[in-house]
Amino acid sequence: MKPGVHFVDGGTACAEGAIYAGCRFFAGYPITPANSIVEHMALRLPQVKGYYLQMEDEIASIAAIIGASWAGGKTMTATSGPGFSLMQENLGYAYHTETPLVVVDAQRSGPSTGQATMPGQQDIMQARYGTHGDIAPIAFCPWSVQEMFNFTIHAFNYAERFRTPTLIMTDGEVSYMREPLKIPESGEMEVINREKLTKKHPRPEETFLRYEMPRFGDGHNLLVTGSAHRPTGVRDYSPQFLRATIKWIFKKNQAAGAMLRKEKLDLETFNLEGADTIVLSFGAAARPAYQAVQTAREEGTAVGFIRLKTLWPLPELHLSELMKDVHHVLVVEMNMGMMVNEIARVACHANVESVPKVAGEVHHSNEIIKRIQEADAA
Amino acid sequence: MSKPQTRLGTPQKYYRDRYLRNLPTSFCAGCGNGTILNSFVRAVDELVTAKELRQRELLAVSGIGCSAWIPSPHFRADTLHTTHGRAIAFATGAKVMNPKLKVTVFTGDGDGAAIGGNHLIHAARRNIPMTVILVNNFNYGMTGGQSAPTTPLHVRTSTYPKHPEAPFDLCQLMLGAGASYVARWTTFYVNELISTLKETILHPGFAFVEILAQCPTYAARFFTEYQNSLSSDELEQFQQYPGAWMLKAFKGKKTGESNGHPRYKMVFKDREIELGVFLREQRPTLIDNLQELWG
Repeated sequence: MKPGVHFVDGGTACAEGAIYAGCRFFAGYPITPANSIVEHMALRLPQVKGYYLQMEDEIASIAAIIGASWAGGKTMTATSGPGFSLMQENLGYAYHTETPLVVVDAQRSGPSTGQATMPGQQDIMQARYGTHGDIAPIAFCPWSVQEMFNFTIHAFNYAERFRTPTLIMTDGEVSYMREPLKIPESGEMEVINREKLTKKHPRPEETFLRYEMPRFGDGHNLLVTGSAHRPTGVRDYSPQFLRATIKWIFKKNQAAGAMLRKEKLDLETFNLEGADTIVLSFGAAARPAYQAVQTAREEGTAVGFIRLKTLWPLPELHLSELMKDVHHVLVVEMNMGMMVNEIARVACHANVESVPKVAGEVHHSNEIIKRIQEADAA
Repeated sequence: MSKPQTRLGTPQKYYRDRYLRNLPTSFCAGCGNGTILNSFVRAVDELVTAKELRQRELLAVSGIGCSAWIPSPHFRADTLHTTHGRAIAFATGAKVMNPKLKVTVFTGDGDGAAIGGNHLIHAARRNIPMTVILVNNFNYGMTGGQSAPTTPLHVRTSTYPKHPEAPFDLCQLMLGAGASYVARWTTFYVNELISTLKETILHPGFAFVEILAQCPTYAARFFTEYQNSLSSDELEQFQQYPGAWMLKAFKGKKTGESNGHPRYKMVFKDREIELGVFLREQRPTLIDNLQELWG
């Protein structure tokens, strides 16, 4: 699509963001509600001399994008909850082998097949703890069509900067919703590209940024393995090597958290001054929550709003600082209460309550207003 | 390549200096995997010497199991050692992203035909240019001799006293799925295997080579009737080479020729097994068809 304003759905915006970020390989498998991303990638990639591959299942999709990433491409796949579950093993492989790639999960209402066409936010803990073994993810959570575009570009940038898989935890609501999308001119948004490997063993320990990734076919004789290995890639089960790898993954994630904070991609706030109650939300659930807070403010209730732009790493210290003087925190999310436990851990002085919603429905702002009034009266 | 000199000054060529990483082998004594690595290295060397292949273009992808350790970490080229059963899917991504790579997948009967069976048939159907070397040792060796999709009927394994299932004929499966090169050899037919691998590495399409290999540690018990038929002289002759007697079981009778290679027939557990190159044809590949979309 040409730069300018378009009226499109979230999935198309995500796909356009990927093309803008330089994604040239996409492997996918049809699943609702990620279809619009998959179909738009299939349309757009051949136009930019890229490859769209429809694989035999989601396991093969993520396997193919890991292989293509090591062959030098910027790669992405998109799926929904059932496919995200299938991808977990190979996602762990990508964390261990430090493979940059982007996985979009347009979450739908579960468990199991659940309500295939309806939105949910029930995979956020799967994003954090889904794969076996210790990993630390970076997971973006857009709430608008414009953010679907922007966050996809950020996701590619963070994947390249930190050589890690990054996740976009969107949902069926945002991915199928239509809104105006402004596509910037080429070069207007920062895009970080992979650079050709120059040194033999690239791992500048002092900085996490822009550290290079070798690729197949350049004569590096790479040994890529998901087994515990020495820095050279040779399999070695001595504790020190795997311990170093895991610590490195966590250290990178910490650095990513600091950078997200610096780039104001961790969270945004509204009306926190003098607030006694805070409503915290993310993704599609944040839309009625934001409306509820605005209405309650107009009625004179001292309520503020926090929206998480990235779910992981959770900006714990920053959140703790923001919520240190409030009495009530309402966590609005489309599940039985997942993020609320993390917030209760962080906002230890406040009374943290869950405002859950399951079975494919989005919250109505009236029910959130009612909870705000109850909290205010307490 | 530089030729190392022996003490007497005669030039001697060591494949391991150029193509292997000089790491200790991880295979049991008498395992067929060493023979397969040796054959692959010789095929690569002949192509490199003839300037038909550059070593840096080679990518060896493997999954989980004994067969996966054939290229990783031994082979001195790019290697990608992946999760169980998914090697072909990883290789598909790498090959499509960089079609210049010469991709060879090393997989086993468990890795390729059980957990990864779906990826195998779909890669054959797509006719994506790559070689899949499927090492069939009739059981799961790395985990301790459990039943596999290729285990013969009624043998004793670690999971069944009398294996209740019939084995897969993987070459028939690949012919049906649409592979454009299908061959089967055993570790006995080393020269035939080398010339086949030379063809498959350069083959523009999906090439499938099943190699029946001996597993002296766990699958030797499938061959006890055969072992009992050997004379005491023969057994004594083989005593210091574990698994070597099993190679005799992998020798068949010549039945003719096809696709420029001889054909053999061997009998194993009352089943006739055909050896040879069954199909070699050229068709448009996945890469051709994808690039056609560019317009």
